Amino acid sequence: MIPPAFDYHAPKSVGEAIALLGSLGSDAKLLAGGHSLLPMMKLRFAQPAHLIDLNRIDELRGICEEGETICIGAMTVENDLIASSLLQEKCGLLPAAAKQIADPQVRNRGTIGGDIAHGDPANDHPALALALDATLVVRGPAGERRIKAEDFFLGTYMTALAEDEILVGLRVPALAHGTGWAYEKLKRKTGDWATAGAAVVLRLDGGVVSHIRIGLTNLAATALRAAGAEDVLRGHPLTEATIQAAADAAMAVCDPSDDLRGDREYKTAMAGQMVKRALHAAAARCH
Amino acid sequence: MNAPTDPTLLERTSALQGMGDSRLRKEDARFIQGKGNYVDDIKMAGMLHMDIVRSPYAHARIRSIDKSEALKIPGVIAVLTADDLKPLKLHWMPTLAGDVAAVLADEKVHFQMQEVAVVIAEDRYAAADGVEAVIVEYEELPVVIDPFEALKPDAPVLREDLAGKTSGAHGPREHHNHIFTWDAGDKDAADAAFAAAPVTVKEHIFYPRVHPCPLETCGCVASFDPIRGELTTYITSQAPHVVRTVVSLLSGIPESKVRIISPDIGGGFGNKVGIYPGYVCAIVSSIVLGKPVKWVEDRIENISSTAFARDYHMDGELAATADGKITGLRVNVVADHGAFDACADPTKFPAGLFHIVSGSYDIPAAHASVKGVYTNKAPGGVAYRCSFRVTEAVYLIERMVDVLAQKLNIDKAEIRERNFIRKEQFPYTSAFGFEYDSGDYHTALHKVLNACDYKGLREEQAAKRADPNCPTLMGIGLVSFTEVVGAGPSKMCDILGVGMFDSCEIRVHPTGSALARMGTITQGQGHQTTYAQIIATELGIPSEVIQVEEGDTSTAPYGLGTYGSRSTPVAGAAIAMAARKIHAKARKIAAHLLEVNENDLDWEIDRFNVKGDPTKHKTMKDIAWSAYNNVPAGLEPGLEAVHYYDPPNFTFPFGIYLCVVDIDRGTGETKVRRFYALDDCGTRINPMIIEGQIHGGLTEGYAVAMGQQMPFDAQGNLLGNTLMDYFLPTAVETPHWETDHTVTPSPHHPIGAKGVAESPHVGSIPTFTSAVVDAFAHLGVTNMTMPHNAYRVWQQLKASGVAL
Amino acid sequence: MAKKLVTLKVNGRTHEKAVEPRTLLVHFLREELNLTGAHIGCETSHCGACTVDIDGHSVKACTHLAVQCEGSDVLTVEGLANAGVLHAVQEGFYKEHGLQCGFCTPGMLVRAYRFLHENPNPTEDEIRHGMSGNLCRCTGYQNIIKAVQYAARQLQQAAVAHKEAA
Repeated sequence: MIPPAFDYHAPKSVGEAIALLGSLGSDAKLLAGGHSLLPMMKLRFAQPAHLIDLNRIDELRGICEEGETICIGAMTVENDLIASSLLQEKCGLLPAAAKQIADPQVRNRGTIGGDIAHGDPANDHPALALALDATLVVRGPAGERRIKAEDFFLGTYMTALAEDEILVGLRVPALAHGTGWAYEKLKRKTGDWATAGAAVVLRLDGGVVSHIRIGLTNLAATALRAAGAEDVLRGHPLTEATIQAAADAAMAVCDPSDDLRGDREYKTAMAGQMVKRALHAAAARCH
Repeated sequence: MNAPTDPTLLERTSALQGMGDSRLRKEDARFIQGKGNYVDDIKMAGMLHMDIVRSPYAHARIRSIDKSEALKIPGVIAVLTADDLKPLKLHWMPTLAGDVAAVLADEKVHFQMQEVAVVIAEDRYAAADGVEAVIVEYEELPVVIDPFEALKPDAPVLREDLAGKTSGAHGPREHHNHIFTWDAGDKDAADAAFAAAPVTVKEHIFYPRVHPCPLETCGCVASFDPIRGELTTYITSQAPHVVRTVVSLLSGIPESKVRIISPDIGGGFGNKVGIYPGYVCAIVSSIVLGKPVKWVEDRIENISSTAFARDYHMDGELAATADGKITGLRVNVVADHGAFDACADPTKFPAGLFHIVSGSYDIPAAHASVKGVYTNKAPGGVAYRCSFRVTEAVYLIERMVDVLAQKLNIDKAEIRERNFIRKEQFPYTSAFGFEYDSGDYHTALHKVLNACDYKGLREEQAAKRADPNCPTLMGIGLVSFTEVVGAGPSKMCDILGVGMFDSCEIRVHPTGSALARMGTITQGQGHQTTYAQIIATELGIPSEVIQVEEGDTSTAPYGLGTYGSRSTPVAGAAIAMAARKIHAKARKIAAHLLEVNENDLDWEIDRFNVKGDPTKHKTMKDIAWSAYNNVPAGLEPGLEAVHYYDPPNFTFPFGIYLCVVDIDRGTGETKVRRFYALDDCGTRINPMIIEGQIHGGLTEGYAVAMGQQMPFDAQGNLLGNTLMDYFLPTAVETPHWETDHTVTPSPHHPIGAKGVAESPHVGSIPTFTSAVVDAFAHLGVTNMTMPHNAYRVWQQLKASGVAL
Repeated sequence: MAKKLVTLKVNGRTHEKAVEPRTLLVHFLREELNLTGAHIGCETSHCGACTVDIDGHSVKACTHLAVQCEGSDVLTVEGLANAGVLHAVQEGFYKEHGLQCGFCTPGMLVRAYRFLHENPNPTEDEIRHGMSGNLCRCTGYQNIIKAVQYAARQLQQAAVAHKEAA
């Protein structure tokens, strides 16, 4: 219940935060929403000597448009994603998915950046980022870089973020008019991590799939892009048969671990179920 | 008691807010303003904090404990181990079940998270740091988590402290990991019934281990005053007087100098009956250091080490005629008690009241046998709104009746009707010797079946079963349970030798208000409100001015506490009896004031009227004033009474529950479409509070049946001991509950009340199982082990070939 | 690990205290300020018994550091009533029997308070989701839903009356 002692820093700018990260090194951890890190510290699974609190850096918050791209600050909290009329209009997948993350209180603190940077395969935003073809914007002492979501997630708790870098935002292509989307997340109860989750972004042109991206949550060491399932659908109509084939292809790339949510067999089967349901739901939103 | 129809009489009755009134709660004012007084809210000058070093291993020898690093931490004052408790002979303590349990592990640990050492510090943060710094060296030993493995001849010896002891508190021990074997009923009669029966069914029914998990964890603030030699302890206890007696016996401090106070308690559910090592160590620390010591456990500690529930491996058998009339019942149970038998059972009943297992049915021959076994798990077994193993018993019989119905292809409601004890048969003595006080199962069943259109539901189910494309499996669960609560008659029921009576003391003040104290202790059941209502009706004093106090052993009369739904049956009776003593004295005073004979007076709501001339009357308020200045010769002044009530029998509330579920064939998720709960608890004191208790018990039952589990791996690690995994449903998962009632008063209870709070928990759990299994019944499934989470149900879908 | 000075408002009163960085807000409120309404029911941020309102948002005080509250405006259950007059949510919980042991109640009340600001006219389903960060073991939530609905009606009526008076 009680975290070990640490020193606390609350930088006011990204530059200041990067400088602190540089000087304190691996003794320091970044504090975003705190709802992954603080529980770990209370159980003494993490014992950083320094916390660098990012909550005072206004630059890291906010949602805006840059042409056809939506820019989301890394410290934007889940409830702000849900409330954003810009996102509701141009990237409905994010607000709808955010509603399925944690609970109302946690959503006031949990950030999209923290959810992504933690590298936890159980978190939802990685698969959403894959489905949305998002780009992560990262800043370090050497300046800013942009990393495509599909290049960002390397392993459990391992991302392309260097130790001296901070995730500052996401760039998400606005969804073209008529794009369907869905996030189907099977969970033991509201607020739980996914037993299996499937994020789908879909466009139909003349009855045929013209655009498809599928991201899978908590079914492997990282979020997965079900590229094989996408290939099965691209250029084909959505029928019971093609949807089942996509589900089968998605299941084939899953590599979940046994835990109290279910064994590999169940989770893999549920990946298939969630992909099918997400495809149906996304299709219903297409026009 | 019939409600009056005359408007002025009606008005006077409502003004009392007595029995039957949905009176709003007295307790609420402080809770809704954040002014409750729970153990962790208590601060005393100079108070220290205690935290516990716990074993990561389920079975290991302790090679060494190094306190030195911990003692260097600023703020840490002391570290205690079993060696420090040995001179006080407190390193082991007696349990409520006639066993002994380690206070701090003495040379070996028996379960994961067992208490090994305690750290006392100036604040809780330093205490936590201290715990991390204590270095314990363990030598792992082979672990036993399965009671059947534990009974094998070559099984590791778990209780070396019991080496050579061939008998325990409950009779002979047949194996080094065996605790007791307990029998009830008539084995020969049962065997004969089975031998003669044209139909028999047998099923293995496992009721897995779960945990009550009240929202407030356990804790205490122990404060020994070295100058006065007095010990005061605030404690999360459902039985403060028992704690006082035990603490006095263990510490040598006379009971008169021990004060135990149960303040506001954030839920008990049987988790707060036993005496935990944390309490003992806090008390010892306070005595040794001469300062108050607070200990409050974390959630993980609570789930991992405090009183668990169930873990009963039951083999049930029914013998019946071809028409499904039950002629015999046999049950054999292997009971996994964990490392120490710490069950909070009445002394003579190591399997609690399990022998209620013949249920609501007229079964002429029955036998039950329970074998208790040690394993490397946390100690306990009796907890979680179970009324001493009644949860297990009701689960077994209700499952078996369904199994029989399925075998004979008789409808599950029909078979119950055929076997119910009939109304005319009450009081009914069961094959196990319980004398059921009253019941009317048929009326209750018909009420539920009609309200839910049972016939229509079965038709809908048939149609859905006929459609291979239906994406769900529909199940209808039905349970007709009889509970036994209100422990209990002291000739049968005692806790550590103290009879299970309960008590009430009432004092009426000159200006007409009253103060009443009881030996029970509410943990959310609303005693401050409902107890006053009993007195209000008995004495004609508005409940609003009746102050109810519980929980302070220095002021409350001795009682056995609140668990097993015993408050209304036992303390409620004591309240009525104490009130009637006052009432009798009041009559004498009224007669004196009105200058008539006692027999010339009629009691009417709140006053004595002279027979035939109601203009001549004295209200209880008038009488109260007179009691202090004008009593008849030979009578003492004052208006008070105390009553210790030794119940003549248990009480037997009952209910009929019906549940409709729809199971998603793709994911295994179960949606509860409808849950209809009819309860009969006899006289209903406060319908609003009863309904609240039912909602809460049904929700707990839902959690147990549909998600709660305590899985252990082969090394004895308890998996899922946080609220991430231990299933506590939110408002989103929790179904909508429909409640109904009938009223069949208990003939032996002064106000006819039976108690109700555990019924919804006891009855709902088998109802959910009944519904889920019913969804698969047409595929030949006769039983499914809880929890019925999506994963497990999906495995059944797959096994039955119907997974999508 | 040096203490830090933190200045914050709690229930309208300003406090300036030196705290260890690791001090959890819930402990700060309960131990430093003697506001014991917020309770602790778990250590994994699930139960919500510690819920308070920080700068207009519902937050679990067990997963927030006191030092993070520099300059913040915190509302706890003790601050809901106004000069002895109960807030509508408090009245609702009382009238609809929305509590039994009372341990989850402060968290429920402070969350319900904010929820009704976010959604003044909620459906039952929205209430269940809106309160899903607060666990209760006693009530089965059914009367809590009714309590929130009661408060919603009261607040709507008061809002209408206020509008008409203006």
